[in-house]
Amino acid sequence: MQNPDDILSIEDLTIHYETDEGSVHALNEVSLAMKRGETLGLVGETGAGKTTLARGILRLVPSPPGVIKQGSVFFEGQDLLSLSESKMRSIRGSRISMIFQDPMTSLNPVMTVGEQIQEVVEAHNRDLRQDEIIRQANAMLEMVGIPAERSHEYPHQFSGGMKQRVIIAIALACNPVLLIADEPTTALDVTIQAQVLDMITALKKRLNTAMLLITHDLGVVAQNCDRVAIMYAGQIIELGNLDDIFKRPTHPYTRGLLGSIPSLTKDVKRLSPIKGLMPDPTDLPPGCKFAPRCRFVTEACERAMPEPTHLSETHQVRCILAEAEVRNG
Amino acid sequence: MADVLLRVEHLKKYFDTPGGTLHAVDDISFDLNRGETLGVVGESGCGKSTLGRTILRLYEPTDGTVYFENQEITSLSNKSMKVLRRDMQIIFQDPFASLNPRMTVSEMIAESLLIQKIFTRKQGPQLRARVTELMDLVGLSSKLINSYPHELDGGRRQRIGIARVLALDPKFVVCDEPVSALDVSIQAQILNLMQDLQDEFGLTYLFITHDLSVVKHLSNDIIVMYLGQMVEKAPAKELFSHPMHPYTRALLSAIPVPDPDYAVDRVLLKGELTSPIDPVPGCRFAKRCPFVTEACTKADIPLREITPGHFVACILV
Repeated sequence: MQNPDDILSIEDLTIHYETDEGSVHALNEVSLAMKRGETLGLVGETGAGKTTLARGILRLVPSPPGVIKQGSVFFEGQDLLSLSESKMRSIRGSRISMIFQDPMTSLNPVMTVGEQIQEVVEAHNRDLRQDEIIRQANAMLEMVGIPAERSHEYPHQFSGGMKQRVIIAIALACNPVLLIADEPTTALDVTIQAQVLDMITALKKRLNTAMLLITHDLGVVAQNCDRVAIMYAGQIIELGNLDDIFKRPTHPYTRGLLGSIPSLTKDVKRLSPIKGLMPDPTDLPPGCKFAPRCRFVTEACERAMPEPTHLSETHQVRCILAEAEVRNG
Repeated sequence: MADVLLRVEHLKKYFDTPGGTLHAVDDISFDLNRGETLGVVGESGCGKSTLGRTILRLYEPTDGTVYFENQEITSLSNKSMKVLRRDMQIIFQDPFASLNPRMTVSEMIAESLLIQKIFTRKQGPQLRARVTELMDLVGLSSKLINSYPHELDGGRRQRIGIARVLALDPKFVVCDEPVSALDVSIQAQILNLMQDLQDEFGLTYLFITHDLSVVKHLSNDIIVMYLGQMVEKAPAKELFSHPMHPYTRALLSAIPVPDPDYAVDRVLLKGELTSPIDPVPGCRFAKRCPFVTEACTKADIPLREITPGHFVACILV
């Protein structure tokens, strides 16, 4: 059931980590599609499976212990999960790139930043001449706001925000169709975060790159994304555009998340947190994964996992209370 | 008259580094009333943690004085200071790094009671009763009494840190980014707990954080720090409705608000935090300030009271 407009279409992707302590159900039947040029925010707390999903798309889940149990990842019409390793390698970094969270550890400390960008350009364009590689790498550096003269410097000579810019330059060097950004600004201060996010948004617009933006910060999502997927215990429990999620949040977990954030614009005397903790991923409840923490839990919730219900063309949610509402009009 | 619990006057903390003298805290003064919360915000490297630690004399101040309940504590001997530490406590950011991995929950909570000689080892039953009471107070289930830190999640670890502090029945607590390492749903649980404890025991908080929405939620007054200096101080509501210093305005406008309709006039700053090593006279924010004038870099900018209770260090205001 692929839509020809989608550049990425994930179906029923399930990834487990087989460990001595048992099988960690990191990702459970996740389905998701992305269109060219759009920004999709992937939100969830620690352990929700955001990073496993991102790595799953790029086939970077360490194995062992990671096992892809089922599902497919269609990207530009081909199933990435059935490609050979060398084919996959030619896609990584050129058609799909990834930015990792920690700018301090993603760069090679003994290579100049210029060399690190050139390396990517060269790896994906084997027949380019050396001066052309350098020219392209310098152009990328200028594009992220770093003067090309600094290409001879080493990562330790750059601040955190500058390092993250270098990483963005590397990620965009081959003009990818899809950029996966895993908490790209979490390690940065807010004023620097604002600079970096503005820059990413401007660049992706210019290059018409789609972006999967992984974050735990709903503020970053509201200011930068077109659509939002909320993850909980390895599943997407609510998916919609910004208005769906922020104005008509339906899943009790989404509502709980929004109630947990201290507001800058309203006066709230007391926060309304979600009680309890995320379930143990080696021992997930059989029904709705959120049921043990849910204020509206019913007996039926604990029996079977609710299937995604479409509330509108853009908005879907996995909750039987929403299902009932839709059925009763 | 307000009941001033803590008075800080011209506090300075400099560190000698190979590159020169680092002005981590540079001439900070404020009063903190009993039962209130003073928020300290700023970006990494602005000196906010150093400020908290210097007040508690975990770092010896380079200059300036701290009064606690009208007693000058900057010149106290270590012995007298140790007694006073019952009243002045700190909760650290990383609840994993600040807990001993080889001690159980009950041992860690009992440790602070034993060190301060509130109980002795001989008083086993009373000590255990107090530990159980404290665990209950911070919402730790009694079945965790023999658990080790690695068995607990971040929220529970932070609850241990809070229980250790509460054990001493302190008056003043420095909270150094206590919720920054936690997920939002857990963060909200801990913030509510801290508010409840403040109401119940009349605690006074110095709340250090980089998260402006957290600080607005909790604080009576807020100090904004930039490179070791206080650039603005105001009541929380006033600061958010009328920010005056260009840095505060940029900081507020940079916060991503979880509301897609919320539009701000972004004051995007150029560049990044410069180094607080051997700063030259003048406004330390001048290099990044969109409104900089020649006069800004001539001399140090004093803090002035613009409206009652609202202090700003900027010549343009």
